[in-house]
Amino acid sequence: MSTPLNRRRFVAQAGATATALAFPLVGGAQPKPVRVGVLHPVTGALAYSGQQCREGALLAIEDINKAGGIRSLGGAKIEPLLGDAQSTPAAGTAEVEKMNEAGASAIVGAYASAICLATTQAAAKYNLPHIVDVGVADQIVERGLKNTFRFSPGYTRCAQIALANLHVLNTAAGKPAKTVMIIHEESLFGTGTANLLARELPGYGYEVKEVVKHANPTRDFNNIVLRMKAVNPDIVIPANYYNEYALLVRTMQQQKVTPKAIYSVLGGAASSYKFVKEFPQAANGIIDCNHWFNPKDKRAFDLKKRVEAKNLFYSYEVFLTYTAMRLLADALERAKSTDRAAIVNALETSTFSDHFLPYGPTKFVNGQNTGAQPLMTQVLGNDIKVIVPRDYRQADPIFPLKA
Amino acid sequence: MFDFGILFPAVLNGLTTGAVYALVALGLTLIYGVLHIINFAHGAALMMALYGVWFLRQFLGLDPYLALPPMVAVMFAAGYALQRGIVNRASHGKDENILLVTLGLSIVLENLALLVFKSDTRTIDTPYTLATVAIGPAMIAVPKLVAFAGALVASALLLWIVRGTDLGRAIRAVAKEKQGARLVGIDVDHVYAMSFGIGLACLGAAACFLLPAYYVNPQVGNGFVLVAFTIVVLGGMGSFAGALVGGLLIGVVESLGGLWFGESLGQIGIFLLFIAVLLLRPQGLFGARA
Repeated sequence: MSTPLNRRRFVAQAGATATALAFPLVGGAQPKPVRVGVLHPVTGALAYSGQQCREGALLAIEDINKAGGIRSLGGAKIEPLLGDAQSTPAAGTAEVEKMNEAGASAIVGAYASAICLATTQAAAKYNLPHIVDVGVADQIVERGLKNTFRFSPGYTRCAQIALANLHVLNTAAGKPAKTVMIIHEESLFGTGTANLLARELPGYGYEVKEVVKHANPTRDFNNIVLRMKAVNPDIVIPANYYNEYALLVRTMQQQKVTPKAIYSVLGGAASSYKFVKEFPQAANGIIDCNHWFNPKDKRAFDLKKRVEAKNLFYSYEVFLTYTAMRLLADALERAKSTDRAAIVNALETSTFSDHFLPYGPTKFVNGQNTGAQPLMTQVLGNDIKVIVPRDYRQADPIFPLKA
Repeated sequence: MFDFGILFPAVLNGLTTGAVYALVALGLTLIYGVLHIINFAHGAALMMALYGVWFLRQFLGLDPYLALPPMVAVMFAAGYALQRGIVNRASHGKDENILLVTLGLSIVLENLALLVFKSDTRTIDTPYTLATVAIGPAMIAVPKLVAFAGALVASALLLWIVRGTDLGRAIRAVAKEKQGARLVGIDVDHVYAMSFGIGLACLGAAACFLLPAYYVNPQVGNGFVLVAFTIVVLGGMGSFAGALVGGLLIGVVESLGGLWFGESLGQIGIFLLFIAVLLLRPQGLFGARA
């Protein structure tokens, strides 16, 4: 709920604004901090991921401020405005309204596709720059919203790369895999990814035996796994969030269902250190096409150490939001202003390169960073290794898995 | 449509899930059915019990099954204290107050858990978490089998308490006629609190059986409490046999529903069954005609 703008508040705010405008140099000793909305689902069904995102954002802000803030703004510090989207688009929208009133210069968030879709639109009303940290649904950047920028890849690109690589792996192994079963969560991200895969897979010569949808949360995957047993697919493709992914794979292990590969596209737990640590046996051999850091960049591991020192897992949420915040700081630096239009302009022309994601040169087209790409990882020897592409390869892929 | 090799495991799986539902419903039926207290905090209490088991495992290394005696004792004490200290005092003898008090309690407990444990979903790992036993063509998880057996034993125990002990007679007397019970010298407040305590003790047991194959987060109770209410009404209010059979039935219906209609629509079967019972046998499967 937002505070109503009453007379006193209006006078106070108008007064403060007028003072700041009239005497920009009076407060010059301590530049005004730049307020940035940090908006994530930190409670509700997506809370784990939302909290991980927030942690990444706060780490980035800590680094930026320690290094002297935004230099072109006289060393202005970034001041986070924390928001909780409560795992629903409606609550996310309400937070955008609040952040706008609180004078945010930009928003970084909001993890889930369905929430991002709503928050970017709400922010667009105020031309409030919104950097989408994760939200993979492509609709997010396809609505012509000038304020919306996504640094990481969308699900179309992830699905295409995953399919192309699946085909390469399968062909190299003598085409042992012919049939596929897709299991996805029911919101925008899972459904969109699954639809894409189901449409494209036949073109590569695979038969999609079944596409199963499940709710968040799902308490029991036995039925889905029993269906899987009946269908007996060569490859199982899950597209869902952490809890359900973990439960699904554990249930498969219990029911002794061993497909030739568990090949995830944006799998919630497949390339997660948390999953590997908690269920090493179940995680072993799982392939994932997901957001990942450049394994040859030392900075990625420095951050990993810091995150782990806080007793947290170094998940994609952390490093994606971390990087999104740094992208914003870079834009602020070049905008030399906290004016929203100037920030949008700086993001549009961004050439941000001080990061450790495997993306190549930064170039935004219609709000999407065209260089963004996922990497293929596999859980090997209780660690997560990059297997494709070759430039980033840490280990050779194992495909198909031994039964 | 599905052959025996798929249907049989689905039924067995439903039975084992249903046994845990039954255990949760048993606690509810005692509180709701016998004492007419609508305990909205039942799900939150289950969540707290699950955190208790998780805590014992994580920090004291106690096996969840060995945690059974302390968990049952602690949950019983908590239930007793809750009824005497909060629910009874705040209700002023009015049922609608109790409803709000328990609803408020559930909100407080859930947010307390959120504050203390964060909303991270937590699991425990035991040597038998992923162990399975083959029964014919079905692979049944060992923790689920244990839960099934445990739920049966717990219901037998409850049945014995209610039918065969003085406390049970007092509970039944209070349920039938509160004023009359007071006149013959039964301490009604004590009986209420004992029932509440036993109700939560069931959750303590359910948590120990549940966690090895499940998870805990602050919202975990919600999924169970709706199903548990359905079971209580389905089985007949206050009927322990009804809660047990109802739980097993709901488990199987949910499992088969999930198999046929897909996971998202799986629970539709439960509520169709529920509506059918309300239409055709409103007193519930085992309920006495009012």
